[in-house]
Amino acid sequence: MSASTLILLVLGLGLAGWLVARSRAAMFRRANGGKRIASLPNYHAWYAALWIVVPTLLFALVWSQIADNLVIQHVLASPAAADLPAFGMQRQTMLTEARAVATGAAPAVFNPAAADLVEPFEEALTRYNIIGMVVTLLIALAGGAWAFLHLKPDFRAHTRVERAVLSLLLIASLVAILTTLGIVASLVFETVRFFGMVNPIDFLTGVNWSPNPMTDGSNPDPERYGAVPLFWGTFFIGVVIAMIVAIPMGMMSAIYLNQYAAPRVRTWLKPALEILAGVPTVVYGYFAALTIAPAIRDIALALGVQNPSSESALAAGLVMGVMIIPFVSSMADDSIAAVPQAMKDGSLAMGATQNETIKRVLVPAALPGIVAGIMLAISRAIGETMIVVMAASATARLSANPLEAMTTVTYQIVANLTGEASMDSASTLAAFALGFVLFLVTLVLNIIALRIVKRFREAYE
Amino acid sequence: MADIADSPLANQANKSLEHENIETGEPKMRARDVDVYYGQKKAIDSVDIDVYTEFVTAFIGPSGCGKSTFLRALNRMNDTIPSARVTGTIELDGEDIYASGMDVVQLRARVGMVFQKPNPFPKSIYDNIAYGPKIHGLAETKPDLDNIVEKSLRRAGLWEEVKDRLADSGTALSGGQQQRLCIARAIAVDPEVILMDEPCSALDPIATAKIEELIDELRGRYGIVIVTHSMQQAARVSQRTAFFHLGNLVEYGHTSDIFTNPVEKRTQDYITGRYG
Repeated sequence: MSASTLILLVLGLGLAGWLVARSRAAMFRRANGGKRIASLPNYHAWYAALWIVVPTLLFALVWSQIADNLVIQHVLASPAAADLPAFGMQRQTMLTEARAVATGAAPAVFNPAAADLVEPFEEALTRYNIIGMVVTLLIALAGGAWAFLHLKPDFRAHTRVERAVLSLLLIASLVAILTTLGIVASLVFETVRFFGMVNPIDFLTGVNWSPNPMTDGSNPDPERYGAVPLFWGTFFIGVVIAMIVAIPMGMMSAIYLNQYAAPRVRTWLKPALEILAGVPTVVYGYFAALTIAPAIRDIALALGVQNPSSESALAAGLVMGVMIIPFVSSMADDSIAAVPQAMKDGSLAMGATQNETIKRVLVPAALPGIVAGIMLAISRAIGETMIVVMAASATARLSANPLEAMTTVTYQIVANLTGEASMDSASTLAAFALGFVLFLVTLVLNIIALRIVKRFREAYE
Repeated sequence: MADIADSPLANQANKSLEHENIETGEPKMRARDVDVYYGQKKAIDSVDIDVYTEFVTAFIGPSGCGKSTFLRALNRMNDTIPSARVTGTIELDGEDIYASGMDVVQLRARVGMVFQKPNPFPKSIYDNIAYGPKIHGLAETKPDLDNIVEKSLRRAGLWEEVKDRLADSGTALSGGQQQRLCIARAIAVDPEVILMDEPCSALDPIATAKIEELIDELRGRYGIVIVTHSMQQAARVSQRTAFFHLGNLVEYGHTSDIFTNPVEKRTQDYITGRYG
């Protein structure tokens, strides 16, 4: 019996429990002369259904994990398994083949030696299937009986159902948190391995970045892993250049949309601006690499710059700035809109012009929210990968000239992780260390931004 | 009407009677045949009113009667509501404030406003007061500005309470202090008329008493128009009272007359608490 049939069976039992419990609760009500009972019949029904379905599904989950092992153990204990090769690929293949035939997934074994194993497999599968099914049904019945015994006119089924819903919600939120923890743990694990080969201080302060993918873990050559040029490139492209574009443009568009635009204009412009946020970053990447970068090089040439790079930091930074505009503008828009109308009226009633009101009252009052928006935008910009992969260069360089080629943390993560180096070489592991540093920085930025936003909200509520 | 004449309200109104026969010059503001519309809806219907610098004018009436709407028409704050439209004439010193050549910014500097809920800017106390003088260029030097700030706070009766903490945020003051700060802020640009839209409705009785005292002190220097829900307050602080009902000006006259000897039945019903 397959897992899906089992699940259907459990759900069927649950439905049966639901209907029975509901009619029993309805009976209480009739017996009570149509007066109210402590909970609506539906809650009784859900109470019973949950007691049937949840424990059985939990058991099924656990059982599906251990049943396989039990089957294998049974097969290995059979006399036919004595002929199996002790270890290795062949043994594994034979077991897999025999299982495939036993479950009906394959018509016949390819390796005749595996044929003997088919029968023990069939035997074991049947046995554990029956055990599993019987236990499942028993649990379903026990759960149903337990629930049914609780049904009384004065039983408050709704609070129990409420609690079940609550735990469901809790589990849902835990999944996201646990996933994050898992990601962090895996990052930390690999980072620690990397720092076993390269001193963290060298990594964080060295200025020479030229990882050699051909070296293995035993000879990491720590001289080559100074990440400062990467941090600089990331900072220069994502924070300096991108923000020089994004902050003024974002602020000005937010102010225009919020304060000046006629409602009709606003209903068109605001979604249009938000579309910018929905453009896949790879498309921005094309744009940066194919349109902006050559244009910048041509302009630089025309201005008399010798040998301008065709992969300038400026191109990547400008396009990234455009990409970030909607983030800055929507946060700024929200914060300006959150400033109470009374504040604005107060300023206008003093004879301030619209412009003075915006400059001296609205923007200062909204500043915490705007700053928070900018920090979120920065953390987004320095984590941005596609644009820099397509438009920035692989050359690690410490330079303040925006026309030079520069590389970023994210670029190097991609380059080192997808390169030909083996998984335990220092150059691959360096990607994890870079990712970890990036993660920490964006985490701190986000935490600060969220705290500012929270304080700001409190100030106006 | 004997029952009305003996009521506590009437007594309060009579107390301010002594101020009522002051010589008046030309009205500071004159409204004639004013209609205010929100979209298609007529919120104010043909209102005539004079505002004098020598008197405090109170607007009373049940909620939604249009008194705040009319108040906001006096310094064109209704302009901030896109659907609002005003017809008729409102003159300030004989000049039509809705004329096309009128500078709204200048008008609002001359006709200041204090709102229902205290709305200090999230700046220091000093900067709250200095805001208006700065944008209107009223002070050449820092000492000038300091002077204006001190004078305004003194006039608003707040100086003694805040002189040692001018750098603190204006929002950190108590509700009553915030409202007096807002009055000081309005005074700082040296207006000719101050409009007050239920300035005490968010305040406790002690703070309310202080504001009322302040209004009485400011009378004569500035034309003051106050919208209030409290008839007692109107009786205590004003010398002229206008009773609005459903967008109409039902009765306008001496406060003591309105509260002791109203001409209109609707006025009498309202002040004796039959509706509203």
